[in-house]
Amino acid sequence: MTTGTHQRRKERIDRGIKVRTEGIYALMSWRELVYLIMPRFVIIVGLLVAPLMIPDMYWQRVISIVCIYALLALSFDFLAHQVGLVSLGGAFFVGVGGYLSAVLNSVFGFAALLSIAVATLIGGIVCTLLLLPCLPLRGVYFAIVTLMYPLFMARAIEALDILGGTDGIMGIDSLPSAWMEQYFIIGMLLLFLFGMRRLVNTDLGLVLRAVKDNDQAVRASGMNITSYKALAVFIASAIGCFAGASLVHIYMWAGISTFALDFSVLPIAATVIGGSGTLVGPVIGCLILVPVSELLRDFGTLRIVFYSLILLAFVVFRSEGLMVYGQRKYHQIERWKKI
Amino acid sequence: MDIIIYGTINSVALALYALGFALVYGISRLPNFAHGALYVLSGFVAWSALNILGINYLLSILLAIAVTAIVGSVIYQFFLIRIRGMEISEIIATYAIALAILEGLRWGGFKGMTYTLPPFIEGSAAIGGISVDYQRLLTVGVGAALVAFLWLFTHKTRIGLALRGMAQDERAALMLGIDSDVMAVVAMGLGSSLAALSAMLLLPLGNIVVESGYNVLILAIAVCIVGGLGSWAGAVLAAFIIGFAQILTAVYLGSHYQMVVALLAIILTLIFKPSGIFGQQKELEERV
Repeated sequence: MTTGTHQRRKERIDRGIKVRTEGIYALMSWRELVYLIMPRFVIIVGLLVAPLMIPDMYWQRVISIVCIYALLALSFDFLAHQVGLVSLGGAFFVGVGGYLSAVLNSVFGFAALLSIAVATLIGGIVCTLLLLPCLPLRGVYFAIVTLMYPLFMARAIEALDILGGTDGIMGIDSLPSAWMEQYFIIGMLLLFLFGMRRLVNTDLGLVLRAVKDNDQAVRASGMNITSYKALAVFIASAIGCFAGASLVHIYMWAGISTFALDFSVLPIAATVIGGSGTLVGPVIGCLILVPVSELLRDFGTLRIVFYSLILLAFVVFRSEGLMVYGQRKYHQIERWKKI
Repeated sequence: MDIIIYGTINSVALALYALGFALVYGISRLPNFAHGALYVLSGFVAWSALNILGINYLLSILLAIAVTAIVGSVIYQFFLIRIRGMEISEIIATYAIALAILEGLRWGGFKGMTYTLPPFIEGSAAIGGISVDYQRLLTVGVGAALVAFLWLFTHKTRIGLALRGMAQDERAALMLGIDSDVMAVVAMGLGSSLAALSAMLLLPLGNIVVESGYNVLILAIAVCIVGGLGSWAGAVLAAFIIGFAQILTAVYLGSHYQMVVALLAIILTLIFKPSGIFGQQKELEERV
């Protein structure tokens, strides 16, 4: 071929330690072990050290908020990309968990940690039962219904004037100490993150992915898809409720704003930016988005404009997300080759 | 009596909200979550043209409709066309656009109760002992005319037939030489101008506020889902059902519950009859 123009293509080669499939490696040296452990290590140590590095009270609070959003994003990512149920109503989980924990703490006098734990479990069950009738719905329809739930709950609380009405529930206990508050949430985030990564690689995770890809085939194999979906919704909503309950105990207040749009939109944006389906991506997305949105707090609603534009750009032009991009760069050698 | 009159007016308003959304979804299967945002945007364009540029009211209305139609088409041509058919991305992208427009307007200082458009006609008439102002009567009239016009447009004109062909079977439409991308842009422009038109009719009845963008979206979705997405007759019927239900709850329970009715209607319809009142069996398969 003597066309004159040098055509070339990009060649991607996996690094040597990767054996056949995703997640199975043949390690030959300490260097390779470090290479493999490094990304996990950076995230774990980074999250644990962050509060020590930043002595400012305000930014320590921001770290807790990052973790709460990260939990929500994790639950969204799990539900959307591992089970195929796109829930636009993350705020619903936050609200249910938050109000439950608030009531348990202020009315029944449970200790803060106990009420968070109980609210997580009961909240998961309540959300699953409420969403149970919509589980047969697919795609857009499930998304629309879940978008309506938090709006509905907020309006219902407003209209019926229950649970403190528009004032909310005040005087909720905070966690025993500031350090405990900080590390409790960071620890739980790491626990849920790595637990979730294990979960999606078990048989259960396989069935859930099958439900996403071809639910009729799962049905034909004699498995009840609704019960699997219900189980997945329980896991995701329990994580969301845990985030909500912790949030309420951090702010020592539960109100209608726990059903606010922010809790639905920001986790989705973080997931899209971080890389959908990777589970770590959403956490990284939150680590970027939440502090940026704190920095932009002075600009008022402009920050919502800002992150919705970022979200739009990522959805339309770079739908793979940072994590998938980073993984590719880290695990593969790229070079140009002449054809 | 007043329940019937105000129920009818409310129902027509709901139908007007929903027409644009139903049109875009029916033709290009795009759930346009930016519908409410375009509605509010057109209101502020008209207000700015009227009060800042100081041009004629009729001209500023036409300008607002044109600008909204162009904005809608541009959004489709440059962003949404790339993610066509990917439902989840479409929802997230249109929702992001809606947030950007609405919160951008709020940041730009368009907030509070100071923004109003004057009614076209002052005064009121008495029907059965209840006085109804002319603006509301005009809304009902134009709403009915619009439905008739859209029926004629989609059944008699070339573009209308092309749009319907695409809605029914896109591949067959492509084989007959209908460019589906162009048609989708046209549909989005038409849907946006319908949003603007309904805004021009309904905004003079109240204030232009950013929050109404979210409410309009919810009401439009409620009407379309209860009626069966993509079905015109269903959408109009559903508008009347929800419209009267809202007025009845406002009279007997209190106006707080109005929005709850719309949300409850969506949830109940999706759970018990996912295809909506007039949805076809084919749509049922997609949903469940």
